[in-house]
Amino acid sequence: MSIEVRNVTKRFGAFTALDDVSVSIPTGSLTALLGPSGGGKSTLLRVIAGLEVADEGTVHIEGQDATRLPAQKRDVGFVFQHYAAFKHLSVFRNVAFGLEIRKRPKEEVRERVHELLRLVHLERFADRFPSQLSGGQRQRMALARALAVEPRVLLLDEPFGALDAQVRKELRDWLRRLHDEVHVTTVFVTHDQEEALEVADEIVVVNEGRVEQVGTPDDLYDHPANDFVMRFLGPVTQLGDQLVRPHDLELLAEPAPGSVPGHVVRLSRIGFEVRIEVATGDQVVLVTKTRPEVRALDLQVGSPVHVRVGIEGASRVVSSGGVAAAVG
Amino acid sequence: MAEHRTVHRRRATPTTWLLRAIVVGYLFLLVAWPLSLVARNALDGGFGNVQALLEDPDVVHALRLTVVVALWAVAINTVFGVGISILLVRYRFPGKRVLSALLDLPLSVSPVVVGLAIVLVYGGRGGWLGPTLEANGLQVVYATPGMVLATAFVALPLVIREVVPVLEEVGMEQELAAQSLGASAWQRFRRITLPSIRWAVVYGVVLSLARSLGEFGAVKIVSGNVLGETRTATLVVEEKYLNFDKAGAYATAFLLALVSVACITVVSLVRPKEGTR
Repeated sequence: MSIEVRNVTKRFGAFTALDDVSVSIPTGSLTALLGPSGGGKSTLLRVIAGLEVADEGTVHIEGQDATRLPAQKRDVGFVFQHYAAFKHLSVFRNVAFGLEIRKRPKEEVRERVHELLRLVHLERFADRFPSQLSGGQRQRMALARALAVEPRVLLLDEPFGALDAQVRKELRDWLRRLHDEVHVTTVFVTHDQEEALEVADEIVVVNEGRVEQVGTPDDLYDHPANDFVMRFLGPVTQLGDQLVRPHDLELLAEPAPGSVPGHVVRLSRIGFEVRIEVATGDQVVLVTKTRPEVRALDLQVGSPVHVRVGIEGASRVVSSGGVAAAVG
Repeated sequence: MAEHRTVHRRRATPTTWLLRAIVVGYLFLLVAWPLSLVARNALDGGFGNVQALLEDPDVVHALRLTVVVALWAVAINTVFGVGISILLVRYRFPGKRVLSALLDLPLSVSPVVVGLAIVLVYGGRGGWLGPTLEANGLQVVYATPGMVLATAFVALPLVIREVVPVLEEVGMEQELAAQSLGASAWQRFRRITLPSIRWAVVYGVVLSLARSLGEFGAVKIVSGNVLGETRTATLVVEEKYLNFDKAGAYATAFLLALVSVACITVVSLVRPKEGTR
């Protein structure tokens, strides 16, 4: 295990940001800390980096007890949401910073910095200042800067959060490819489930200062541990007392075992998918289908229809919400 | 950041012209005209007055003393000012707001009161701490240390008030990034914090210098105003003025004003335009 967090608790005044959190992060993996804003995931990352000190619990990095180690001795690369570029230094000097602190020979520094700038596609910008770069370029510079010191782990705090959608998507793919090249143990914080599902080898879902579930993207999507994880990782709807994914529901013209009768109250088309709202008793169930499927069933608003969970092994959780109690 | 900032200017209407005229007129009557009269009186009959002044050993001593006292006060205020600014912006501690309010006190208290307060603490006879210090060979009041102290007190907030907003604006992230890259506290200060606040420090230093050179009330009480020993340039102005040596008074005042104006001019020329730092 590269990072071992054990029973960490962190409070800010009366607010408990982390409540007895334990996580193990395997060497060489790309792990996402996923959760809603204010859930404690950034705090967890900062505790690992040493930028915050845990009130209780321990942090081990590559087998070494780092709990009392100051940030500058942890050998951890940290990338901030707002880049934290050194504004008074050129791109070259930004990336060289950690190496200069370590008093590496000038020749070695120059070689290493140029190698990294090539890696992040910024070699032409070495003499520019951060204010002359776009957001995406600044973040790539920050990444090169963090990688320059060959950290034992790389930590990224909402690294793409301040970028616009297009650049975010590009950088996301690029981070995945970079990780496949560099293989440094990487942990990134995100509140975007799509980002986590797409990029990470493993996802740690953090909510209200606790770890809700740890697993691969497929694990989490198909076997959510509770209705929070189920809701957070993708679209959900409720059928009876069960939470299910709208695309796992089957629509039938005739009743079948396990089906519930209802009628279509709304049809809306978003790109290739059609969202169908079906009223069953006092519940409105959301179902998503492709256009050919809808055409085959000849669905209109008002059509009678039968709904059931169609796919074997579809992820479902018994809801703890109020609606289920009313129905069940 | 600069590229995001677009400058919107309103078109000049008769109202803007009127407002401009009022501001310019106000500044002319209050500042420019009186100061230019000092310069005119000083240079009445060429540089003779100034030259005569610079040949008087007592005046030269006073000017030198003024510079020495001002430089010490500025040096002390710069070190403490930067330190206190960092303390105020980066750390949370009980009594922070009280400290912040206290730091403005020197601006609101009359310098004469400052002088009296220093005599009460450091006075050689009957002062609270003075006799002990004097027994150990350090005379504060009626000597240079007291004058430095009084001047430093009066100019205390100037560096702090320049540096604090810049530190707040810069934020902590760059320092944290440097820390995660292995920089020690001192390396972070020297390589990251200091470069980001350097213009605020320079501006604060110049303001303090200008203020320190011109300090009068506090120094008058603390120095004892002994000719050729503890008399500073501002005290020379007063002395000459009271002794009907108008030419000498204006010439000295002119020199003092010249240095202060030069300080501020140099900085506004050297300082980068707002937003590009």
